[in-house]
Amino acid sequence: MLKDKKKSCVIYFDNAATSFPKPDCVTTAVVHYLTQIGANPGRSGHKLAIEAGQIVFKTRKSIAALFGLKNPMHVIFTSNATEALNTAIKGVLQKGDHVVTSSMEHNSTIRPLHEMEKEGIISLSIIKADKIGILDPEKIRKAITAKTKAVVINHASNVIGCIQPIREIGKICRENGVIFIVDCAQSAGVVPINIDQDNIDILAFAGHKGLYGPTGTGGMVIADGFDFKKIKPLKYGGTGSLSDKIEQPDFLPDRFESGTLNVAGLSGLLAGSEYIQNRDGGIRGILEHKIELQNYFIQQAEMLIKDFCCYSSFQLPSTGVVAFSINNFSVSETAQILSDKYGIMCRQGLHCSTLAHQTIGTFPAGTLRFGFSIFNKKEELDLAVQALKSISESRNI
Amino acid sequence: MKAVILFHSTNHAIWAENELKSHKIVCKIISVPRHLSSDCGYCLQINAEDKEEAINLLNTNNIEFEKVEIL
Ligand SMILES: Cc1ncc(COP(=O)(O)O)c(C=O)c1O
Repeated sequence: MLKDKKKSCVIYFDNAATSFPKPDCVTTAVVHYLTQIGANPGRSGHKLAIEAGQIVFKTRKSIAALFGLKNPMHVIFTSNATEALNTAIKGVLQKGDHVVTSSMEHNSTIRPLHEMEKEGIISLSIIKADKIGILDPEKIRKAITAKTKAVVINHASNVIGCIQPIREIGKICRENGVIFIVDCAQSAGVVPINIDQDNIDILAFAGHKGLYGPTGTGGMVIADGFDFKKIKPLKYGGTGSLSDKIEQPDFLPDRFESGTLNVAGLSGLLAGSEYIQNRDGGIRGILEHKIELQNYFIQQAEMLIKDFCCYSSFQLPSTGVVAFSINNFSVSETAQILSDKYGIMCRQGLHCSTLAHQTIGTFPAGTLRFGFSIFNKKEELDLAVQALKSISESRNI
Repeated sequence: MKAVILFHSTNHAIWAENELKSHKIVCKIISVPRHLSSDCGYCLQINAEDKEEAINLLNTNNIEFEKVEIL
């Protein structure tokens, strides 16, 4: 797999959007499902349908283990993190509710919240993070009122990689009887998470980023003790259960899983989730690897590139996401040259997070973003630093 | 003699199968026999003598089931 990637001379640093390449076992699992099983899970009773159902169950169990969840039925599969966040947000909030969120949210959180505010359903307090993107839990405590139903927080920033103190924020939510919803799109598989110890009620994850599954996978995870009937489903429809009734089932996961699941995607997600959990050093090892890559890149770039301007914090715990720019070059121009001339894939712009860029002072220009994966090597970072150096010098005549 | 455990959802049937198998209880997912009606398309067949142990395991793991029928 890595050999193939080398052959085509691609350096892939867009892992914060979707990870690539995937471990070989992920591809094998998807192909196995598509060629050997192929059936719809949970509908018919034939052998292949049961095998498909078993894949789905094993995936639920693996995701439950990843987050320290006891009941695998509390893992609800969705098509991505956005659908999970919308299910949680729209499912929990009712007319008159107040919500606390942060200036570091992704559009998948801030847009549904903003829309509900605009429609007069909820009121919203957006707590500003500091310049390095970190939230002060005490500011969240102060924003909670008698009307506050939920606090919604992005665990790890897709813009600069910083990690929020969710355990403390969750504790404040518990003390105030407020539902704590956490966006773990960037942190799942990168930062160790325990839904119980971290005081989370509902979390959303993406399967196609740090869990190395295919696109079209993700989910909503509901804490073991949380009364899931407080969440209204976003979708209604066929579940393969209670087929003689026209009411939606009120048990998990069927309450939220209408329509045929993406079993091809989940097959890959299962392989990816097992791969990272069985890796030497586990999730903590992945975090350490990413911090090492991030620090190495920032160090080298600051040393060798005169006009390098970095917005991610050196040495602070982070998910291996570096936001930067090269002075005198627009970020779109730099990204285009990196892709066309050097085969380096990265993202540029505002990363679906306007407020986060306003918080760190990079709005409206945006930044370049390198998001590292478990497969990136220091040699690739060296090549990228050399490429950026050449770009920065090309205009210093 | 055989027995079948009926569930509300196929998700629970498969969960139960995994749990029972990990405790070496012989079981098999089958389509619900025609004379029984169930909320979901398939059920778990066990040997009738394992009924008590199976029910205990389902209860200790909080695996919800509809009912158990001796065939
Ligand atoms: C912090 C954050 N939240 C949510 C999302 C949305 O994830 P998805 O594309 O799986 O819906 C992303 C990724 O794009 C993200 O980085």
